[in-house]
Amino acid sequence: MATSDDGGFHGPSIEEFFPEVIFFAGTPFEMNRIILIRFLAVLAIVLIFWIGTRRMKVVPGRFQSIVEMGLDFARVNIAEDLLGKKDGRRFLPLITTIFFMVLFMNITGIIPFLNIAGTSVIGVPLVLAVVAWFAFIYAGIKKHPGAFFKNALFPPGVPKALYIIVTPIELVSTFVLRPVTLTLRLLMNMVVGHLLLVLFFSATQFFFFTATQTNFFYSLFGVGTLAFGFVFTLFEVLVAVLQAYVFALLTTVYIQLALAEEH
Amino acid sequence: MLNAILAAGEEGTNPLIPAPYDIIWSAVCFVVILFFFWRLVLPRMKKLLDERSAAIEGNMEKADEAQREAEAALQQYTAQLAEARAEAAKIREQARVDAQRIGSEVTAQAQNEAERTKANAQVAIEAERQAALVSLRSEVGSLAIDLASGVVGESLSDDAKATALVDRFLADLEADTSGKK
Repeated sequence: MATSDDGGFHGPSIEEFFPEVIFFAGTPFEMNRIILIRFLAVLAIVLIFWIGTRRMKVVPGRFQSIVEMGLDFARVNIAEDLLGKKDGRRFLPLITTIFFMVLFMNITGIIPFLNIAGTSVIGVPLVLAVVAWFAFIYAGIKKHPGAFFKNALFPPGVPKALYIIVTPIELVSTFVLRPVTLTLRLLMNMVVGHLLLVLFFSATQFFFFTATQTNFFYSLFGVGTLAFGFVFTLFEVLVAVLQAYVFALLTTVYIQLALAEEH
Repeated sequence: MLNAILAAGEEGTNPLIPAPYDIIWSAVCFVVILFFFWRLVLPRMKKLLDERSAAIEGNMEKADEAQREAEAALQQYTAQLAEARAEAAKIREQARVDAQRIGSEVTAQAQNEAERTKANAQVAIEAERQAALVSLRSEVGSLAIDLASGVVGESLSDDAKATALVDRFLADLEADTSGKK
């Protein structure tokens, strides 16, 4: 964290997201804190859903109800809502995975001692965006073999002359901007959230323990920054859930658009 | 913010350029979670949902069955009730008929009895009357003889003539009474 040893205050820097390597230094399989936090999130998902679905009863208990509610949210509110029952079922594993992976890796940002989101380094957002990209292209090609790219790049009903403008726009917006925006939206939300929290809490630390030695009233600022830090921690919970929902929802929307592409 | 981050990135690490280890481990996490949901969690969930709808359908079927049974029982009960009513009516009718029959029998018997008693009485009365008549006749005969003896002053008692006289007198008397009738 960005606390200061020399009496001055240093804000958090981007180096926050590249902590020192712990295992396998120098290989492509390096592991640092954030990678381990991601593993922890994966472990949490596996444990919760493994236990929650181990002995499922027709009349659910409390824990099973919560697990079911989570799975139903991805199934009913995202997949089946947008894709319908049949296609919803086909893409359900992917959508469920994206939703819970993003959710669990986001939420580590506010869990004490973890304090950084697994999604705040570009790897996870990028991998998931690429998966979403392949998923909607796969869905389109499978549904409209041979016609998918033509329909996507040369939308029917547009005068031929306009293709000079429309086609580059479609190409960029559909096949370039979609994965880029998916990646950046999630990454930036998590990066900024983390930086804000670090800023508030390191400022609190600074005001309480460093600045107060020169003037006691600085510690009052510390109360303010602590309060802000608390509020933003709650806000981060909202952001974590919302970004998971948005990522899963947009992936589904892209798949839906690819399936619905006119002939 | 993006510019700031990019600027910061230029100094050290660029956060928009993924490191190989980052991509590798992210992909590993994704694959693990995908397979976990795909192969384990979602099939379990699907099985549960199927079981749940089957249970609901089963319950509905059971309820239908119960409904049908109840209806059948009600029908049977109603039929039995009607049968019992008919039986009761039949018994009542039978009883009425029997009562009538017994009543008329008793009446007839009583009538017979009365007739018989009356007839017996008549026979007895007739016999009495005959006996009285016979006794009266001899009584009246001797009385008349006595009377006549007194009047005439002579005994007629053991005389054949007297007997003939009395007989004639009585015959006249009888003829007289029957003529009056």
